[in-house]
Amino acid sequence: MSTTTMTLAKAITAGLDKVLASNPKSLLIGEDIGRLGGVYRVTDGLIDSYGADRVIDSPLGEAGIIGTSIGMAIRGYAPIAEIQFDGFVFPAFNQITTQLAKMRARSEGRFGAPVVIRIPYGGGIGSIEHHSESPEALFAHTAGLRIMAPSNAHDAYWMIQQAAACQDPVIFFEPKRRYWLKGEVDTENPAADAFKAQIIRPGEDATIVTYGPLVPVALAAAEAAREDGRSVEVIDLRSVSPIDFDTITESVEKTGRLIVTHEAPTFGGIGGEIAARISERAFLSLEAPVIRVGGFHMPYPVAKVEEQYLPDIDKVLEALDRSFAY
Amino acid sequence: MTNTVHEPSEQALIQLLTPEGERRSHAEYDSYIQDVDAEMLRGFYRDMALTRRFDQEATALQRQGQLALWVPLRGQEAAQIGSGRATRPSDYIFPTYREHGVALTRNVDFPQMLRIFRGISNGGWDPRENNFHMYTMVLAAQMPHATGYAMGIQRDQAGWDAERLEKDGEAVVAYFGDGSSTEGEVHESMVFAASFNSPVVFFCQNNQWAISVPFHVQSKVPLADRAAGYGFPGIRVDGNDVLAVLAVTRWALERARRGEGPVLIEAVTYRMSAHTTADDPTKYRLDADEEAWVGRDPLARLEKHLRDNDLADELFFKQVAVDGDEMATRVRIEAMAFPDPELSQSFANVYAEAHPLIQEELKWHLEYEAGFADTTEEGATR
Repeated sequence: MSTTTMTLAKAITAGLDKVLASNPKSLLIGEDIGRLGGVYRVTDGLIDSYGADRVIDSPLGEAGIIGTSIGMAIRGYAPIAEIQFDGFVFPAFNQITTQLAKMRARSEGRFGAPVVIRIPYGGGIGSIEHHSESPEALFAHTAGLRIMAPSNAHDAYWMIQQAAACQDPVIFFEPKRRYWLKGEVDTENPAADAFKAQIIRPGEDATIVTYGPLVPVALAAAEAAREDGRSVEVIDLRSVSPIDFDTITESVEKTGRLIVTHEAPTFGGIGGEIAARISERAFLSLEAPVIRVGGFHMPYPVAKVEEQYLPDIDKVLEALDRSFAY
Repeated sequence: MTNTVHEPSEQALIQLLTPEGERRSHAEYDSYIQDVDAEMLRGFYRDMALTRRFDQEATALQRQGQLALWVPLRGQEAAQIGSGRATRPSDYIFPTYREHGVALTRNVDFPQMLRIFRGISNGGWDPRENNFHMYTMVLAAQMPHATGYAMGIQRDQAGWDAERLEKDGEAVVAYFGDGSSTEGEVHESMVFAASFNSPVVFFCQNNQWAISVPFHVQSKVPLADRAAGYGFPGIRVDGNDVLAVLAVTRWALERARRGEGPVLIEAVTYRMSAHTTADDPTKYRLDADEEAWVGRDPLARLEKHLRDNDLADELFFKQVAVDGDEMATRVRIEAMAFPDPELSQSFANVYAEAHPLIQEELKWHLEYEAGFADTTEEGATR
């Protein structure tokens, strides 16, 4: 039996361990990831196994971390960089969008920069400013990048390995408020392809699409809806770029109703892209407009009021009500 | 308009060849150019002259509407040839977008360099063929790449002894300018290189102007002085003196290869032409500013040295001019014969691995374009 109970954070640690053990060119770089094991201890202990040359405690500087990772990748290494918090990725935005994303295009396919960027993201942890953001749409808009967000320990264990094996740059958004969520990890039977969405709860009457930290919220909402006699299907996107529209389309053709929920602001978000695509692909199957449940168009609010900002079970249920009432 | 003339400071400037072409001995750096004989000197002159001729031809091509833009390097030939010739083929170079002379020293074929400026490619050559990276248009973005590449070299060379490092050790040269010196990525690249003692030489061509903004706005101290803040050596060299640049860069590269860490070289030079062909220096700098540097022309200096010391005859200079014209003709013919790219090719290199959105959009694009197959350019059906 190869199934172990792990927290999502420890599943990533175990996944990183596998990557470092199997690929001698792989290495980790980031602030405080070595001796300390990262502020969330996701890299805890890895420096002892692989040494400071492969688990690199870097100086503070996000552009430097991503920029040097790109340089190491050009040299033939496979860096996995950690950005300490979502809101701190922006000093590296230039390196990620103008350099990392475009290296393969600029080299005319001769080489790319297969760097993985791990970012603990999302709110609900009662933290201070810039520690609770969801910037995935800003990166999804840039061609050349792939974006993943695991929602459970088993996926986290396998998806970090799939990200590391991918020849394209991957931004790996880790749902930090779910780091301590325990789950069964089957270390022998791989999770599905990271770029395929998964139906994690089948249903007939409506579909909820989500990813990362809101997957448990969507599941709980679907369970609550069952009590109202509504059978709700839940899809865990897993990959935010590219998006597996085929799985969503098929679901909506069956259910006729679609709710998309994410923590990031609704305006200009991933939900809008999904709504537009599904309207194009499954217009005649839709019984109601696609409804988005996301953050408000404001800077992420202070911790005392973040619960009112974040999509929760009630907000998703309210969206379902609107969909069914249409 | 800036109403002052910006005189180059002569303070602590390494110089082996005066503007008058006289060789000055230097206790520390003479030893780095002991192998430089008449033939090598003529070679440097030839490199510089060909580079200038290429620059002239590319400028003309832009004026004739054959290039979207050109980035002239006139005045910076010695800084580029001297530093480029100091490298080994195994060293890796991260250029800005003005390193046409360095490209020559790396055997990048000149016509290929025009693919970027003709709107055909965002790269243009195979960086791995000559260890000469693609041009980077975002100022200073290549700097942390250089440090990272050097960190990779360190890992590849882990455990090498001093003898092997000297013989086979690799290093990186990161080019940047006084303009980009103010970018944060220059700072971070230097911090990281210092932290990890990486084998990278930061080579700044201080050409005095960041488009329209003069150097004294970029920095209140010589750029080389900044190195002290990072804890590695900074050195100012006469960037219009090919011998001094060669010596100093060799010193820095040897040091880096030995594992002694980075060096910042500030090559003091002058952008004798415009920033790009879209620029108009008459709007922001005085004729006197340009004239102050005419007497420091890097080619004239080396030519004078060669002539005064009977190291090259008239025939040599004539031959270089003829070769330059031949090269320019070839550049023109080859550049204008480049086939136009197809947009459909642009889909291929966005990702390495299969991507559903790319596939979907490519399919749509091809079908859409195919719809015009039977239509003439004027829109009439054939």
